[in-house]
Amino acid sequence: MRVPRLVIAAIILLSPVAAPAAPPGAAACSGCHASGAGVATTVPRLAGRAAADIVAAMQDYRAGKRPATVMDRIAKGFSDDETKAIAAWLAAQQQ
Amino acid sequence: MSGARIMSGSRTSRREFLKQAASGASAALLPLPAFAQGAGGRVVVIGGGFAGATCARTLKRIEPRLAVTLVEANATFIACPFSNGVIAGLRELDAQRFGYDGPARDGVALSFVPAVAVDPPSHAVTLANGAVLQYDRLVLAPGIDLNWSGLPGYDEAAAARMPHAWKAGEQTLLLRRQLEAMADGGLVVIAAPANPFRCPPGPYERASLIAYYLKTRKPKSKLIILDAKDAFSKQRLFQNAWAALYPGLLEWVPLSSGGKVNAVDAATLTLTTDFATHKANVANVIPPQKAAGIAALAGVADRTGWCPIDPVSFASTLQPDIHVIGDAAIAGAMPKSAFAANAQAKICAEAVATLLAGGAPAEPKLINTCYSLVAPDYGISIAGVYHPVKGQLVDVEGAGGVSPLEAPAAFRAEEADFANGWFNTITAEVFG
Repeated sequence: MRVPRLVIAAIILLSPVAAPAAPPGAAACSGCHASGAGVATTVPRLAGRAAADIVAAMQDYRAGKRPATVMDRIAKGFSDDETKAIAAWLAAQQQ
Repeated sequence: MSGARIMSGSRTSRREFLKQAASGASAALLPLPAFAQGAGGRVVVIGGGFAGATCARTLKRIEPRLAVTLVEANATFIACPFSNGVIAGLRELDAQRFGYDGPARDGVALSFVPAVAVDPPSHAVTLANGAVLQYDRLVLAPGIDLNWSGLPGYDEAAAARMPHAWKAGEQTLLLRRQLEAMADGGLVVIAAPANPFRCPPGPYERASLIAYYLKTRKPKSKLIILDAKDAFSKQRLFQNAWAALYPGLLEWVPLSSGGKVNAVDAATLTLTTDFATHKANVANVIPPQKAAGIAALAGVADRTGWCPIDPVSFASTLQPDIHVIGDAAIAGAMPKSAFAANAQAKICAEAVATLLAGGAPAEPKLINTCYSLVAPDYGISIAGVYHPVKGQLVDVEGAGGVSPLEAPAAFRAEEADFANGWFNTITAEVFG
């Protein structure tokens, strides 16, 4: 059976697109910070937040300038570059 | 990231595939039904807990063209985290039950039949009903089995009298009923195992919440933890809280004080150590554990009973094209926790999708955060950040650690609140 080129093109265009890979560390955030809406929790969602705000919060957690329960301990595990990559990825998530 | 599998069995990169498809050169090789069935590759995931269900869903989200089948014996999952609250009468078991509508909605094929055999050379999984599933990559997330030969006197029959309650469900309810039936002034004994085991802070959270139940309902009672080790997770936080909340009610006997239980007798509810015989009114025996049986059948468990893995991809170091995640895996510094299982599953899914597309997985970083409740409004936590170093997952230096030893009640209450939020969040991600 020979499949017409147009059909092939249609299949490729209509196929779901693969998601971009999460940078190191980013995939773990949604264990506590809900990726979807409607979850009963007081932990803030990060999806769709401004990347600069996430980076600033992480820097303050790392420096001990922001009140924290657990984020001070986690922020210290990431460099500035890693934090920026995670923040950009979270900012690109659907709100 | 994306890949394509042609009917002939040859693999090709997505770019190459698109080029070929566009030129029409390989069009004759492309059967349309195969596309719907997963032209990106076939992945079978065994085990539908926090690790397996997360991995299956994440695979479909990363690469919708993959054919992903989740093999799980039970259509309803019963979560262990927060099940200590069920034992203490603080919540109901129904709050622990989850179905698989979420993974199904994401396009994960579900097979509620136990897997009984894995044949690595032929890349085949055999189910209890005789069905055979072929895979390009297999992810094993089978959780734990209790080691019924690990503690003399403790077998499945004994567990009906001395519940382990280390797999949530009927055992959880049995322990709760026994506590409810116990007269005020009774003795509750918890036997805690040596490392490694599922949920390192779990026995101590359980002791705390049972102590809370006794203090509020049966205050003349006593609780003893007989421990096969001298140190445990969040130890000083637990001990400080016990001294403050449950003085005289809760006693921890470490290994060095004769805490290791050498044998139990279910008929008389006795637990024997080197120094003493304890006769309990309620005995909760948490026995030694190992990776669930299918891991040994697949040849991915080593002599310890657990599964060595490559920390970048979670690929088994013992069998090709099989990955192991969650409690069954030897994950270095990462504890056997639901949070860790979920985090590992997402890394493993990325690695599997990348490998199927012919790429090399990126070096990951992982996080664990575990909350324990010492009382309903008193939470404590431990966290860690991990990365692969020389083939092992190790702590990132300077990060992680436990809640502060000195903190106001509002801080403990906030962590208790975050603990509840964590459970709702992670179960929504895995099953919702």
